[in-house]
Amino acid sequence: MAQEVCSLKAQLKEQEKEIAALKKKLSQLEKSHTSALELHDKVRPLTPLKAKLALSNEDIMRYSRQLLLPELGVQGQLNLSKTSVLVVGCGGLGCPLAQYLAAAGIGRLGLLDYDEVELSNLHRQVLHGEENQGQAKALSAANAARRLNSTVECIPYHLQLSSENALQLIQQYDIVADCSDNVPTRYLVNDACVLSGKPLVSASALRMEGQLTVYNYSGGPCYRCLYPVPPPPETVTNCSDGGVLGVVPGIMGCFQALEVIKIASGQGSSCSQQLVMFDAQDARFRSIKLRPKQAGCAVCGENPSVTKLVDYESFCGSAATDKCRKLNLLPRDQRITVQDYQSIMDKAVPHLLLDVRPLVEVEICHLPFSLNIPLSSLEERKTEHIQLFQERISQLKQQMAGDCRPPVYVICKLGNDSQKAVQVLEKMSGSEVDSIMVKDICGGLMAWAQKIDPTFPQY
Amino acid sequence: MAAPIAIHLEFGGGAELLFNGVKEHHVTLPSQSEPWDVKQLLVWIQRNLLKERPELFVQGDSVRPGILVLINDADWELMGELDYQLQDQDNIVFISTLHGG
Repeated sequence: MAQEVCSLKAQLKEQEKEIAALKKKLSQLEKSHTSALELHDKVRPLTPLKAKLALSNEDIMRYSRQLLLPELGVQGQLNLSKTSVLVVGCGGLGCPLAQYLAAAGIGRLGLLDYDEVELSNLHRQVLHGEENQGQAKALSAANAARRLNSTVECIPYHLQLSSENALQLIQQYDIVADCSDNVPTRYLVNDACVLSGKPLVSASALRMEGQLTVYNYSGGPCYRCLYPVPPPPETVTNCSDGGVLGVVPGIMGCFQALEVIKIASGQGSSCSQQLVMFDAQDARFRSIKLRPKQAGCAVCGENPSVTKLVDYESFCGSAATDKCRKLNLLPRDQRITVQDYQSIMDKAVPHLLLDVRPLVEVEICHLPFSLNIPLSSLEERKTEHIQLFQERISQLKQQMAGDCRPPVYVICKLGNDSQKAVQVLEKMSGSEVDSIMVKDICGGLMAWAQKIDPTFPQY
Repeated sequence: MAAPIAIHLEFGGGAELLFNGVKEHHVTLPSQSEPWDVKQLLVWIQRNLLKERPELFVQGDSVRPGILVLINDADWELMGELDYQLQDQDNIVFISTLHGG
């Protein structure tokens, strides 16, 4: 009898445990379900972030491994929980940054991006998954960050940062992280941070290199102190043109997270007036001492000329996106469409198709029968390439009997370099090489893939 | 007469693409009556290393906006910029600013 009572009691205890566990699971699920994240398409006032007085038992367990660090400690953790950070750009830098800030227990995370997730983002923008394609990056990043730590308040902004909304937005945050991908936005974020007195943790990455500096912090310089004049637009390379190894922005975004956490927790950053350069090829970090804050700086100097936000696209002469620009260098009669080129192929009209992309891109995909001479080789008049080109022109002339100017159609990825190449070839025609009739194919191979051959790869 | 000096030039952030993708160059600047300064170095680089598209590297007598110059691991602004007098074994770095993210 006594034995039976004992066993029943034990069973009951076991069941109670199970019920408690199920209740906890249910409440967690309900919490995450009922508060589906709301995507902000404009800037709205936020309620002030409440300071925690003490860490809960759950906080202590969750953050125990970093609480053990004397550099952070309980006070540092409490400081993190009352800090809000605005992440400008949820791409290759913003994803790892947001991930580590959420994991570390930052109080509020504003995640801003105007763009949607694409397949070609996934190799570096590691908070987004295959199922998020087409979704706003800000929302995808916020959902991923919240899965990691539901106690962090995540606010997704699906909008383009502009002179109209930047101040109102940035004033609501304690620290700003520039994870953007274009020059106008970098000046805009800098000026808005200077005007609202916020530290700016800025990083950038391209190909196999990264750079990081903390601006407008502890008396140090701002972005404009270093770069008073924007670079000429034609000297700026973006990730979709120049390429980037995913782990490089990954490393730089983590580095940004580190500096944000140091500032937010109260340790302070050591990257003010410092440029950290990362060379992934040589696996080398270098830290350079920069100039101090400049008395003559247009925005943070003694007599600033920039006292409110200006038009940054016109200041920089380029658009605030990293999408490729469409050049228009040639008159209409020097350009053909991909449909025109298809009919030239179908009718087997004798011609030469010249692909002017770099070899590394030709290896990704190319049209059969095309001759590859990179634009740079044409511009530099590389002897072996010019000879090869001349040989092909001569062969074509023999096929054409009578007709004196053989047609050359130039193609590249998007139809920008092909126009430049047509200009170069025009100059060479009749002097450095035989006289030719040269035209570019509008929209390049990507237009070919979209309009003519859906099986042709896009990149 | 100032004796010839050996210096180490480095290009990064994409600036190396203007120099056949070569990041590091050990060069010797010939002997001349005046000491070498950075302004003269830029002219020497244009004549001897940079064969094509100088507008992507220089503008007027300085580097184009968006290129940061470092002299012995410090911003050249701290060192006198174009007027800095080069010393034997100096390390001069030209870094193109990155904007991608």
